[in-house]
Amino acid sequence: MRTALILLLLLGIASIPGSIFPQRTQSPLKVREYFDDDPAGAKWLDRFYLFDVYGSPWFSAIYLLLFISLVGCVLPRSFHYFKEIFKAPPEAPSLLNTMEGFQVSPASLERAEAWLKKNRFRISKTGDSIAAEKGYLRETGNLLFHLSLIVVLLGIAGSSVFGMRGEAIVNVGERFINTPTNYDNLTPGRFFSLGSLPTFTIRVDNFSATYDRKTTQALDYELKVTTKESLDSSEVNQIVKVNKPLTFGSTRVYLQANGYSPLVTVRDSEGLVKFEGPVPFLPQDSNLSSIGAIKVPDMEPQIGFVSSFFPTAARDEVRGGFSTFPDLLDPRLLLSVWKGDLKMDDGVPQSIYRIDTTDMERIGLWALSIGESYSFEVGSITFNGVVPWVNLQVVSDPGKQYALIGSILAITGLLISLFIRQRRIWVREVGGKLEIAGLALNKLPGLEDEIGKMIQELGDQK
Amino acid sequence: VSQSDWAYISNDLIYVALALYALSFLSYTYETAFSLRANKISGDKHLDRSITTKSRKVASIVFLLATASLTLAVIARGISAERIPLGNMYEYSITGAMTFALAYLIIGLKFDLSWLGLPSSILILLILGSAITLLYRPSAPLVPALQSSWLVIHVSSAILSGGIFLLSNTVAGAYLWLDRIERKGERGEFAKRLPSLESLDQLSYRLVAFVFPLWTFAVISGAIWAEAAWGRYWGWDPKETWSFITWILFASYLHARVTAGWKGRKAAWLCLIAGSSYLFNYVYINVWGSGRHTYSGL
Repeated sequence: MRTALILLLLLGIASIPGSIFPQRTQSPLKVREYFDDDPAGAKWLDRFYLFDVYGSPWFSAIYLLLFISLVGCVLPRSFHYFKEIFKAPPEAPSLLNTMEGFQVSPASLERAEAWLKKNRFRISKTGDSIAAEKGYLRETGNLLFHLSLIVVLLGIAGSSVFGMRGEAIVNVGERFINTPTNYDNLTPGRFFSLGSLPTFTIRVDNFSATYDRKTTQALDYELKVTTKESLDSSEVNQIVKVNKPLTFGSTRVYLQANGYSPLVTVRDSEGLVKFEGPVPFLPQDSNLSSIGAIKVPDMEPQIGFVSSFFPTAARDEVRGGFSTFPDLLDPRLLLSVWKGDLKMDDGVPQSIYRIDTTDMERIGLWALSIGESYSFEVGSITFNGVVPWVNLQVVSDPGKQYALIGSILAITGLLISLFIRQRRIWVREVGGKLEIAGLALNKLPGLEDEIGKMIQELGDQK
Repeated sequence: VSQSDWAYISNDLIYVALALYALSFLSYTYETAFSLRANKISGDKHLDRSITTKSRKVASIVFLLATASLTLAVIARGISAERIPLGNMYEYSITGAMTFALAYLIIGLKFDLSWLGLPSSILILLILGSAITLLYRPSAPLVPALQSSWLVIHVSSAILSGGIFLLSNTVAGAYLWLDRIERKGERGEFAKRLPSLESLDQLSYRLVAFVFPLWTFAVISGAIWAEAAWGRYWGWDPKETWSFITWILFASYLHARVTAGWKGRKAAWLCLIAGSSYLFNYVYINVWGSGRHTYSGL
């Protein structure tokens, strides 16, 4: 018992650094900033997994030890409790006047026994004394609470081992088919097989965001989709909101973020289309000032546009271009045109929002409104319009039901064990009188009143 | 009456409540000071003590009025925003102060808590004062992530737990202070008026035992909501981490009392440590921390 408690405390202490240092799983950008600001220190912190506290070996070790110790402590205890539930109350201690609520009554032992029976005490009688106990349910609650903690821990472990989560950016008008290649990032659990991804499809029909004109705060996001459970099932129209995910069996799809994809057409000097389509940009602030990269590897030389997009553009001396409102009131696309090697062929994965311009040369800089074009050395780019994109988060979490059931049982057990009064009452005949006293096993008040009531009722019966 | 009118009414009522709590605080202080002085010169048995009883009465009536005004302010704030007033730290603070005051009044029906009037009015003044000066935000609609019926369930159970944890901590603090006095010698005139160590110890334990299941529920309902809104029920967000730590500390407190038989000083310290982790979670994580529990500025 003590070991489990100490490990539980240790788990609490071990989780503190995760709330102090930025965590890779939650804010990878802040971790990168940490590395930029203080590379040596960050490296040391990283050695102790302080940026991945909750996935670190030492955290898992505490977690596992706690689990083992809970099992090791709860299971033998369960047998103990189980036996205890059916056990007769222990015999009266020799000196009753040292126990709680000690009183003397002139009633007879038989009458006391009848009273205890009537009040549904469990009774064991030896010679001139009676031992009685009530509130055995409390031990059951205790047991339930600890056993359900094991269920919760199992559920959490199951989630991380058998589950998966992934994210995909989908432009409005496009379709997402649930296959591994369509994810921008996918983290399967250790025992999750990618072949078992359910084959649903989601077509993003419309996304509308409403904002407060004065505070620019978002008021509502509404995503309209057409879904199919599997390739040959019928289409269903659904609405997704932040608190209303889509559900496909045990997999759920969440609306997590949104942004804009400028629609552009890039032509070479002969007017041939080399690139056309929406390019998702990454929002940088709450007014959706976004950055992005348009890469055209098919041109000779290769061309890249390091770009910013502002849904409602404004400009000042200090900040340069920025956005003053998240809705498309005055959209503007800022381009800086680079020629050279985009390094897309050397197999190193690249960010779709950034271009490595070390081996490139800047050949132009311009800002476009919708419908405008800009010609540079070897071609031209046209800004045709903007479509919103949404970030869909797909999560399969088979352990969560167990964690939930475990928590509900735990809270039930807790309530029982905290609020059911378990108490013993002993009665002994001494010199023609009854000595009565008791013991409140979980120190809840009420025993003395109960004994008082007992004495009174025994007296009334005379 | 328009929505912004309701917001102004709410603000005015907060100021009224502040003034009344200040008044109640002053009467409590007056009562304490007078009875201390009275006791000092109480060689004279015929000293007229009606003034202490009177000022105590005035203090508790004004406290009641202040709490009524605060409750109305919270309701008016809710009407102005057309939702439960738990959308940001300002609203959380005024609702929390109201819960604390109501818990004090309701528990006061069963136990004599008038000795707690002075510290309680100070605490409420501090919470309300910092809320209206530092944390104030104009009444506004909820951000999409908060548009869920879980807001009411999760946040109100968290805040109710917080109010009662704070109360149990105040009692534990009083215990430690009196304990120190008793170890040095006799209780002084002021301390004499406070309840026995034994009953303080019991009260603080009972408050925690009463509210711990509610706190557990607050954490679980948060997890259920997080599953619907963020796609995971537990993600070690700083606020989640600290509510877990708070849970562990109070669980250890209950365990220590029931199975290891802790009581008195050791238990009171543990209670204070556990309570400060709640406070840390509320103040530090909201104001300086990061994570997904930060909405609309504060």
